[in-house]
This record gives sequence, structure tokens and C-alpha cells, in this order.
Amino acid sequence: MAEPMKIRAKMEGDAADVKVLMSHPMETGQRKNEKGELVPVHFIQSVIATHNGKTVLDVQWSQAVSRNPFLGFRVKGAKAGDKITINWTDTAGDKSSIDTTVAA
Amino acid sequence: MNTFRRSIIKLLLASSAVTAASLLGVRTAFAAVWNKTGFESKSSSDALKTLGVSAPTASRDIQITAPEIAENGAQVPITVTSKIPNTQNISIVVDKNPFPLSSTFEFSSGAESYVSTRLKMGQTSNVIAVIKADGKYYTATKEVKVTIGGCGG
Repeated sequence: MAEPMKIRAKMEGDAADVKVLMSHPMETGQRKNEKGELVPVHFIQSVIATHNGKTVLDVQWSQAVSRNPFLGFRVKGAKAGDKITINWTDTAGDKSSIDTTVAA
Repeated sequence: MNTFRRSIIKLLLASSAVTAASLLGVRTAFAAVWNKTGFESKSSSDALKTLGVSAPTASRDIQITAPEIAENGAQVPITVTSKIPNTQNISIVVDKNPFPLSSTFEFSSGAESYVSTRLKMGQTSNVIAVIKADGKYYTATKEVKVTIGGCGG
């Protein structure tokens, strides 16, 4: 987790358009490091997005999701000033979260 | 017990497990249990079975946006939009990946049936979107050509 998550939530029509960029190696367990050793599996498995405290998106990922994963989604009926939070959990049990306010 | 009876019982157990899991997933504030069997399935059909998908209907109301040719198989942008009413979830399967099921997205409380993400693709493959709406399954497919595979190793 080199850098914190980045998030942007902006009203587009009657929905909040949310874009999240997470920082994570998303190792498949197939890659070899410089020493020729297999780098173990390590990826984000679960992401939960909430809107004003209510879960709107429940995501399950495999190691097939790209390194530094991107997630885009939309929440209908959201308004500027509403709160969006993102929580992820990975295979090592590590977690990270971020929240933001929907911009107009 | 003969093999036929055994396979029926297996089928009943599997479908009740899926029902129990989906009931748990929808109503709690916690994440649904990670679908280990599905994500570790080596074929698209096995993976879809773990999601409870049976006889999906091909639908034109599912739009998959992805490059015709992905230059970098490690970062292939994929967007799936479902115009089917009461879409509950979207699953994305990359047919030729070593483990085809890549991701599942469950919607609630106003989320639009739309997701955008980036996936690793090992080689040119069909990207299959499976949508569950009102308890029924729908599917759409798009072929994405990959010049340099992105599964690592």
C-alpha cells in the first residue's frame, strides 16, 4: 500500500459518479521476483462502498483485477454533500478505507 | 447409494448453500462471504455454477465496453452496464484466464447497474458479463484481443 486511495465523487445528472483508485500490488501468485522466487498471492478480495452509511456496492475481486485497482460506480438519487465511503479488505487481512463528499 | 441419487443430493445441497449465501449477502452491513470455489474454478462453466447461474439468456440490454485490442493485458479497462430492470449483480468472467471468474458486483440502495474496473487478461479471450435481475440470469459477451498477456509469470 504505497499510497493512500484516491477518490472522486461528482454529480452527473441525477447520479453521483464515483471513481476510486486503490493502491495495491494485486499479486497473482504467478509472478517471480528478481531472485526468481514466486511472489505469494496478495490481493484485495472485498470492497464495500456506502452512500450516507448505507451499503450500495458489495464487490468481490480475484487476483485477476489489475494492480492498483480502479473502481467506477454510480449512485442514483445522491446529492451534492452526501458521503461516500470505500472500505477494502485483502487476502492478508489488511484493510483500508477512504471517504469523500459528493461534489456538485 | 447409487451415483445418480448422490449427484441429485449434491445438487440440492449446492443450491441451498448458494441460496443461504445470497440471503446473507443481501441484508447485512458486512461483505458477502468471498466466493472461493467460484474464484478458484478453472472453467467458466464451473465458476458460473458456483454463482447459481443456470441457463442465462443472451441479452442486448447488457453493454460491455472494452478495447477491441488491449495492448497491455495487465490493465484492460472493462465497463459493464445493465439496462435490465432490477439488476441485482454483475459478474465478469474472462473465459481464457487460468481462473475465469474475475469479479462480482452486488448492487443495493440506489447503486446503478454499472461498473467500471481494470482486469488482467492472459490472452485474447471472450469477456462474459453475467447479470442477475429479479432472480433470473442474463449474459453478454465481447471478445477482447490481447497482444501482451497480463497474468504474470
